[in-house]
Amino acid sequence: MMRMKWLRPLLFAFWLILTLFLLQRLLMPKYIHENEEGVLAGEYYDDAGGNDVLFIGDCEVYSNFSPITLWEDYGITSVIRGTPQQMIWQSYYMLEDTLRFETPRAVVFNVYAMRYDRPQNEAYNRLALDGMRWSKVKADAVRASMKEEESFASYVFPLLRFHSRFSELNADDFRYMFRSEPLSHNGYVMRVDTKPVTVLPQPVPLADYRFSETDWRYLDMIRDSCRAHDITLILIKSPSCYPHWYEEWDSQIADYAEENGLIYINFLDHQEETGIDYTTDTFDAGQHLNLAGAEKASAWFGKILAEQSGVSDRRSDPAMASRWEEKIAFYGKMKASQEKQLEETGTVKSFR
Amino acid sequence: MSFVSFTFAGFLLLLLALYYLLPKRFQWKLLLIGSLVFYAFAGLKYLLYIAVTILSTWGGCVWMQRLYDAQDEYIKTNKAVLSREERRAYKDSVGKKARLILSACILLNFGILAVIKYSNFFLENVGALLHTSFGRTSFVLPLGISFYMFQSLGYAIDVYRRKYPAQKDLAKSALFTSFFPQLIQGPISRFDQLSKTLFEEHDWDAQNIKDGLWRITWGYFKKLVIADRLAPAVAALTAAPDRYRGVFVLAAILFYALQIYGDFTGGIDIAIGAARLFGVEVTENFNRPFFSKNIADYWRRWHITLGSWFRDYLFYPVSLSKGVKDLSKWCKAHIGEGVGKRLPLYTATIAAWLATGLWHGAAWHFIVWGLANCAVLLISQELTPLYERFHERFAFSNTRCWERFMVFRTFWLMGMIRVLDVYRSGRLTAKMILSIFTTPNWHALLDGSFLKLGLSGADYLVAGIAVLIVWCAALIKGQKPVLTWLYEKPVSLRYLLFWCLVVSIIVFGAYGIGYDASQFIYNQF
Repeated sequence: MMRMKWLRPLLFAFWLILTLFLLQRLLMPKYIHENEEGVLAGEYYDDAGGNDVLFIGDCEVYSNFSPITLWEDYGITSVIRGTPQQMIWQSYYMLEDTLRFETPRAVVFNVYAMRYDRPQNEAYNRLALDGMRWSKVKADAVRASMKEEESFASYVFPLLRFHSRFSELNADDFRYMFRSEPLSHNGYVMRVDTKPVTVLPQPVPLADYRFSETDWRYLDMIRDSCRAHDITLILIKSPSCYPHWYEEWDSQIADYAEENGLIYINFLDHQEETGIDYTTDTFDAGQHLNLAGAEKASAWFGKILAEQSGVSDRRSDPAMASRWEEKIAFYGKMKASQEKQLEETGTVKSFR
Repeated sequence: MSFVSFTFAGFLLLLLALYYLLPKRFQWKLLLIGSLVFYAFAGLKYLLYIAVTILSTWGGCVWMQRLYDAQDEYIKTNKAVLSREERRAYKDSVGKKARLILSACILLNFGILAVIKYSNFFLENVGALLHTSFGRTSFVLPLGISFYMFQSLGYAIDVYRRKYPAQKDLAKSALFTSFFPQLIQGPISRFDQLSKTLFEEHDWDAQNIKDGLWRITWGYFKKLVIADRLAPAVAALTAAPDRYRGVFVLAAILFYALQIYGDFTGGIDIAIGAARLFGVEVTENFNRPFFSKNIADYWRRWHITLGSWFRDYLFYPVSLSKGVKDLSKWCKAHIGEGVGKRLPLYTATIAAWLATGLWHGAAWHFIVWGLANCAVLLISQELTPLYERFHERFAFSNTRCWERFMVFRTFWLMGMIRVLDVYRSGRLTAKMILSIFTTPNWHALLDGSFLKLGLSGADYLVAGIAVLIVWCAALIKGQKPVLTWLYEKPVSLRYLLFWCLVVSIIVFGAYGIGYDASQFIYNQF
């Protein structure tokens, strides 16, 4: 009788936890047909390890650099850990998280994230953090990213955040409860369509061009982490026409790079060398590059990586080559799918 | 620390674990520490306010008790030598001193309350009368001040009346005032009821834990699934009164009734359940209020502890006071028997409802709300003979069907008075209620207008089903306590119901980003 007395509540607790787990899987957004970038943070773990270059940053990274091109042209293995509007502290924790699985030879950080010194948007926090695997690094990332109205518990139990989706469930929510569809190519999100730059908005003068203490602190932390792991840190300003990258911002980064012996490449100063043409190489009128633009940027940048960061050509490694063959096949398949959509409908409705 | 927060859940779990792990003699001390920590979460400076109430009521009560003890001792030892008149004179002199102590205690506490809660209202109205402006004070109302202050002063009055002896232990007295589950929105407990279990040593009792968990879960269900889900619609309907007239006013009345019911009774369920986890019995504050057949009946079922507080500490003292009795006699002699007879009842009722209105807030609409209740009660009182004749003459008025009509009528009548809370103006409320009869816009029920109030069809469905569940529970409660009914059911069914309740709260509750589930309506009073 005594055993039954304890067994019932225990079984009930187990059943409750199980059903809540299933509900959580059901109610969490699947990012299959909308906000597709939501899967990026989690996709890294599917094939972690073996990368010599790590890109960290926001959409200017995951849209503008193609690891496939880097592999095909230079035999460089690379991965992008970028999510929409990824904050500098999130990039730092993405680096720390990556170091749990592999130690790249070079880390490339897009400095555009320096413009923000505080969490901007809960939805973007979710896109960056929900997909991360649980570790102390994720816990720290969550704490650093949370806005005032957010709670840590809702990251531990995302059901508490997404419970209100009960009224918007669709077939995808059931179909993808325990699986997802791959979206990225080692973190790169492909777009083959084109929307040329026509008119660029005038830059708005700022009251203060100085980056904040918070940003510098995290940049120092990225620098220190790279130094501790003997990683070459390369700062970049990714190619894009807008939002505007101010001269004052650029000179601060250039000074920092010089003081710390880092490489800093502002792609805006190398448009001619890269060959990027904003009438053909962007899918959203200059904010992000399309596939053609990303391949151009990567082809040019690969040379710098090969020459200055000491990464080697690994195409002669049969295991690595076979692994990348699969990635190239997926890349080609998605490219063909998007081109077909573009031809048939004039637009790319689905990335996949 | 809001009941609807992870901090509260963590706090409750930690306190509960310590409560049953520590030696039993430390249990009530732990509750005191926990209560002060709970209160400190609202702001350390507010501890000062509650400390003044604790110290003044404790000091006043102990002082009065000493006077009474000395009086009893004196009379006992001098019983043989004192005449009846001497004894009475001695008692009168002690009573006078005790009355002075009580008055000082009440003045100090109500003085603080008056300054903090009512000074701006007073300054605004005096300024308006004199066509000038006195500026505003910047006091922030300490959390639950109206609740803990009334509870403490009720205790002080009971000690003065020698209903029970004063609690001489300052720490125990402090725990009575600050006991965290009921600190922020009641119930307003009486010392003799609460102290029975508050200071006792409690063994781990699975039944208490089960009862407490059921009650807490039920409270969260009402608060999060009903009240907070309907809140956006109530806010939208009352924020734009020019747009939302006619049938929308009916909706506002209905939704606000359900919202405040879910919010307040839910909060009280959580309070009672949380106290039960520690083996402490807190008095009930509601008894199926929406099943009331008239307003007097309603006020015996809604916020019972506040109603009984005003009845015991204001209504009876006023109606039985020497001044009112004398005036009543004078009226009987000079104006008429009817006026003189009614005077004590009218004076005490008006005083009690004026005070009840002011207790809810420093604004004219609260005063109008109190006086509207008062008017309906007094009119009902006057019409009692007519009702009796009506019931005698018409047989249908004694049927179940008529009883249901009375319940329906009371629900809507109370609802119309209650929306003064949300329209915040007597004139606007009257105008809006009038629009029910003058604005024929029933088509709005079907043309999708209600989907523009911040609630989707799914929200209405969820709220509707939840209200139906609460209604079923109220029907059961009419027969027997719901927990008794539950415990008669097979254990598997009980587990299933508890599972449904927990899952409903987590999935269908209106909380988290995009919702404001942190505040209870009655926290602000």
